[in-house]
Amino acid sequence: MNAIMIIYYLISAFIAAMLIWNFIREKEDREKMLLYLIVLVPLILRILRIR
Amino acid sequence: MSRIWIMKFIFIIIISVVMIISGIQFYQHRHYQLPIVAGSGVTRVTRLSEYCESLQGTMADTYVFFLEGKEPGGKVLIMGNTHSNEPAALLTALVFIENAIIETGSLIIIPQFNNSGSRNTKPGDGYPLYFNIPTPWGSKKFRYGNRNAAPLDSWPDPDVYVHYPDRQLLSYLDVRNTNRTWPGRANGPLMERVTFATMQLLKQEQVDIAIDIHGAETMFPVTNCIVAPDTSMKIATLTSMTVKAMEGFENHVEPSPQGFRGLSHREIGDYSKTMPFLLEAPLPFLDQPTGPKTTDLLLNGKDPFLLSLSKQNKLFVPYDESGWPMEKRVGQHCSVVLEIMKQFSQKNVDKTIAIDNVPRYAEVVENRVGYYFHDPKKAEKDNIYIN
Repeated sequence: MNAIMIIYYLISAFIAAMLIWNFIREKEDREKMLLYLIVLVPLILRILRIR
Repeated sequence: MSRIWIMKFIFIIIISVVMIISGIQFYQHRHYQLPIVAGSGVTRVTRLSEYCESLQGTMADTYVFFLEGKEPGGKVLIMGNTHSNEPAALLTALVFIENAIIETGSLIIIPQFNNSGSRNTKPGDGYPLYFNIPTPWGSKKFRYGNRNAAPLDSWPDPDVYVHYPDRQLLSYLDVRNTNRTWPGRANGPLMERVTFATMQLLKQEQVDIAIDIHGAETMFPVTNCIVAPDTSMKIATLTSMTVKAMEGFENHVEPSPQGFRGLSHREIGDYSKTMPFLLEAPLPFLDQPTGPKTTDLLLNGKDPFLLSLSKQNKLFVPYDESGWPMEKRVGQHCSVVLEIMKQFSQKNVDKTIAIDNVPRYAEVVENRVGYYFHDPKKAEKDNIYIN
């Protein structure tokens, strides 16, 4: 795995963590909650390397 | 537990269920294996990675079938599924693999050229994951792929694809498009390695003709045609005129653009001694203004919106209520491939390519394409190649 791929995985993990954090903090807006989860899906698949 | 957290858990469950169900479907599509029955004309089968080691173990590696005649002669390479959402190419390649008997010369066939692309899909366009071709022994199920390789195999995409070696700037998607990455390089992005391996094959096997089979929108001017650079133009023109006169279908000739890099019909001719040809048959499924992207549309090419556009002369091919069925597309490809070989053989007697047992246009239209596929259950195990 080259350096660029490692950086991409780190970026994916960072964005995923931010989305989870925002999902936990969100108290009112249901649309935002759903949106965080939907956006999270490809990032989780990428981090878990599910093909 | 507060009301807000109950709602959050419900959302997590809903998203998880949707993700798992769709994930299983995509996983099964990506790992579905197509049995290819090698006919009696197949003399050996190898992998493309034999010509480029860096392809070994990747999803881009693919089978290469050799059909060699008793007498030496010319050599032809046929590539199907360069774009895996243009399935007449794969079906035509399989008709040759399962039926062709070579008397003189050799035929090399790569039926799933962009193997990764055939395991990819385009959910945003509502692509079906599979299609079935009826045969005398049941139906044969195929993966329906995408134009480009899967980002799972070639990742990350660049912002802009800089073509090698001409440094022309192309769309970022073209890094995964095996008809933009020619002539390729051994240590480049994955699809460049596919085209590099094929360039090595063309040189090592001293291939005379390379035929890259495609399908194109009816609203796109480069459709229902043979694309050829200057070196192949004479044979392409003779082929076009002959099939029109003898078999009654149009297949005009388009010149390969010199300023547009990365295309098979451009780079093969510029970087090797092989004469390239690219065949296009109309594929209404790819047009934008159609109804739902169903397997019926894919196989029959019937669409009321295209019919309406045809009446307003907006299409580049004749189009009526009968649509553009798969039989017509595969039949055209079979006839044009055979005619290119015939015209080449007439001009180069010492490099004759003589092939038997491959149907021409009228036969494919009459019998339908599935008639030419053999039942894998009845074939000898050694002759079945799973991909």
